Amino acid sequence: MDLHLKIWRQKDRKGEGKLVDYDLKGLNSHMSFLEMLDTLNEKLITEGDEPVEFDHDCREGICGQCGMMINGIAHGPLKHTTTCQLHLRSFKDGETILIEPFRAEAFPVKKDLKVDRSAFDRIISSGGFVSVNTGQAPDATAIPITHQTAEEAFDSAACIGCGACVATCKNGSAALFTSAKITHMAILPQGKEERSKRVMDMVAQMDTELFGHCSNTEACEVECPQGISVLNIARMNFEYNRALFFNKK
Amino acid sequence: MILNSKIPQGPLEHKWAYYKKKAKLVNPANRKKLDVIVVGTGLAGSSIAASLGEMGYNVKSFCFQDSPRRAHSVAAQGGVNAAKNYKNDGDSVYRMFVDTLKGGDFRAREANVYRMAECSLNLIDQSVAQGVPFGREYGGYLNNRSFGGVQVSRTFYARGQTGQQLLLGAYQALMRQVGKGSVQLFSRHEMLDLVVIDGKARGIIVRNLDTGEIERHAAHAVVLATGGYGKIYYLSTLAMGCNGSAIWRAHKKGALMASPSWIQVHPTSLPQSGDYQSKLTLMSESLRNDGRIWVPLQQNENRAPNDIPENERDYYLERRYPAFGNLAPRDISSRAAKERIDAGFGIGPLKNAVYLDFSKAIKEQGKDKIKEKYGNLFDMYLKITGYDAYNEPMMISPSAHFSMGGLWVDYELMTTVPGLFALGEANFADHGANRLGANSLLQASVDGYFIAPYTIANYLADEIHTGKISSDTPEFEQAENTVKNQIQDLINIKGTKTVDHFHKTLGKLLYDYCGLARNEEGLKYAIQEIRKLKQEFYKDVRISGQGDKMNTELEKAGRVADYFEIGELMCYDALTRNESCGAHFREEFQTPDGEAMRNDEDYQFISAWAWTGKNGGPELIKEPLIFEEIQPTVRSYK
Ligand SMILES: Cc1cc2nc3c(=O)[nH]c(=O)nc-3n(C[C@H](O)[C@H](O)[C@H](O)COP(=O)(O)OP(=O)(O)OC[C@H]3O[C@@H](n4cnc5c(N)ncnc54)[C@H](O)[C@@H]3O)c2cc1C
Ligand code: SF4
Ligand code: FES
Repeated sequence: MDLHLKIWRQKDRKGEGKLVDYDLKGLNSHMSFLEMLDTLNEKLITEGDEPVEFDHDCREGICGQCGMMINGIAHGPLKHTTTCQLHLRSFKDGETILIEPFRAEAFPVKKDLKVDRSAFDRIISSGGFVSVNTGQAPDATAIPITHQTAEEAFDSAACIGCGACVATCKNGSAALFTSAKITHMAILPQGKEERSKRVMDMVAQMDTELFGHCSNTEACEVECPQGISVLNIARMNFEYNRALFFNKK
Repeated sequence: MILNSKIPQGPLEHKWAYYKKKAKLVNPANRKKLDVIVVGTGLAGSSIAASLGEMGYNVKSFCFQDSPRRAHSVAAQGGVNAAKNYKNDGDSVYRMFVDTLKGGDFRAREANVYRMAECSLNLIDQSVAQGVPFGREYGGYLNNRSFGGVQVSRTFYARGQTGQQLLLGAYQALMRQVGKGSVQLFSRHEMLDLVVIDGKARGIIVRNLDTGEIERHAAHAVVLATGGYGKIYYLSTLAMGCNGSAIWRAHKKGALMASPSWIQVHPTSLPQSGDYQSKLTLMSESLRNDGRIWVPLQQNENRAPNDIPENERDYYLERRYPAFGNLAPRDISSRAAKERIDAGFGIGPLKNAVYLDFSKAIKEQGKDKIKEKYGNLFDMYLKITGYDAYNEPMMISPSAHFSMGGLWVDYELMTTVPGLFALGEANFADHGANRLGANSLLQASVDGYFIAPYTIANYLADEIHTGKISSDTPEFEQAENTVKNQIQDLINIKGTKTVDHFHKTLGKLLYDYCGLARNEEGLKYAIQEIRKLKQEFYKDVRISGQGDKMNTELEKAGRVADYFEIGELMCYDALTRNESCGAHFREEFQTPDGEAMRNDEDYQFISAWAWTGKNGGPELIKEPLIFEEIQPTVRSYK
């Protein structure tokens, strides 16, 4: 199949970006989206041009690194899918595809399609953990956790930190990402002790990183490759108010 | 050189306790004066960096991804082993030790394997305390499943995303220390050289991948937890960035490489579908608990799988290995698949796959049950192939997966360069010639959480009076210049072929001649071809862009340059071992019915290789393997 691409090219953080047109012919519809970009890059390199920089690693939908906007949608047209798991069979022969980096104030562009998502790491580092040291944990079955609770915690813990929720949100809010971690920890007995301090610290860090506020448009859940539910955000709000109410940090 | 494995004295089950009792300690007040560099943030790297940070050392943590949470451990699906015996099915540390040693075809050290089984108990506790949501029974207790090659259920899992959840636990522990300031994080940094001063590891040279800047970092000890090099085959189950450069450059600075040719090929990956393909996706091994593997009885079968009646199907694993059937170890399952494919019974558009069929399990347990167990894997299969595996069997095929080889380390996980430690998949330890499933998440984690914190402290205890290590020395200067020159040389070639072209060509050579099966003639041929390809690379590779800016092509080129040398050593290693053991199948050494034939009399040793410079070949140093507890037996899964 043939495709016409319009790709955002930007030299570096400060540089001005613009959309550049590329044509690819004779592509196999079983190719993944990233393999299509590989093919483009091979062509650019042999023609003496600079390849398009984009982030990716595992190519199996689990590392969270490959985010980009495709036709204005985070990770492209398929729901709950990362860019690396998107295949050309989702597009039509001869289609024009617009490819841009994730855009949010807290995710500055580094080059072409690569953005800086280190703000997520700083949110985790502000409280997204159980404060347990190494080598002295109690026997694992000493803390029984029901099947349902473990599965529910897993649903929240499954976030891959890709940032699609932020890129999709008109406010650039990190509420889905942050709330997933808060929920994961708050519903497990291991994480309960620190739940108040955790939510206060993580929410404060979100603000420091210039993420916007959540105004409940629920666009994030729709684009999230892991199908993280917006109920997590409700849980985060509950935890936050609870922490405020008991006024304890 | 004589290799000293430093195995502690005493009976097997007391060796580790004895070591810990005797290990030197560093006073908490002195820890602040000691700097440690940890390269890699996978399970091994995150856990050791977090542990050392907790203890009060100054730690610098490096990874090439944009966040430590994306290290390749995140991709592991199936599970992690621990001899907890929660199922009361007769499991114990000793049984796990025996299974693992046997699974490695008696090519691993007894003491190391025993210690891994022993520490497995603590790992589950540690991860659960961190909040890892392992699968639970309805009563609230932890659940297990069984994995290829063993007869007890000792594998803990978090759906099909065990590696992800374990890694997030370790990553969060790491980020907690980053928040406290005890660990300094350098993501998007790639280590390009090791600095050795007066024979000791004293620092590294890294490239900031965002800016292209070259930096020097000095420390009292350096830990490499940089993962495996299975991506050398290009098509493999590994992430695109996985590479062998960090350990290879350390090798060139004096660390020995052990068992480089022992690569595990995984039987359940998705088959290749075309030339453009960049990786082969793994379908978790756990699927073999319920899926049955078969090929048509008739060659060049063109009917759809569901149209082939039961009596025209060959369930070859159940037929050949009745005791283990579809759960036969990976090397055996992979070879059996390759045998059927080569004999003309392969299925799929390229006739390069076999079927993994769930129809019986779905009939017996219901679709919902199967969905709960493996739902995300079925979704993934659908996304990648466009086929629904609830309605027709999956197509699977063997692919390169895990490197058992790596830097040689002693019982303390220290390489032959004092002060340089190697953890996780970057070292060669514990797995022997054939890693069993679910042991490598375990090894990476226990290395970092429970073993290296003691052994590194033991080493650092003698460094208290060394004082700050300066990066302003001729050794740093020289290492930095080497790195800068290599970058400039690569950029200056300005040839006509892309880096990927060379990587793919090398990978194909290795698959054909140093893959699932090897022979003398093929290996000799491969060595010649790899040398030619390397020469061509240095004449004709084309890298656009600059050396001092963000440049992914340049990153790849440096890694492929190292792959040529690693690939050559793999072939050498395979050539010198005139036996078949575990994943290493030399066609000349097989039984009449096609099973591997080990030769304990002549090859009961670890091959460790020394780098002798550009033109001389590698030098082989042997570490004899001594079995005191159990005597090697012939592996039989019939
Ligand atoms: C698809 C898949 C499924 C698997 N499933 C299982 C399973 O079910 N059970 C099991 O036990 N095992 C499984 N494994 C194996 C297991 O995941 C790995 O062996 C283990 O996670 C390796 O951990 P590690 O910490 O050694 O390395 P990794 O997690 O690979 O981490 C390597 C780190 O080193 C960094 N790095 C590398 N080179 C450099 C450099 N030059 N400079 C800076 N940083 C560098 C990387 O950035 C990364 O942070 C699986 C592997 C794969 C590929
Ligand atoms: S919540 Fe979903 S979209 Fe947001 S970072 Fe996590 S996985 Fe990505
Ligand atoms: S490359 Fe890892 S999620 Fe897409």
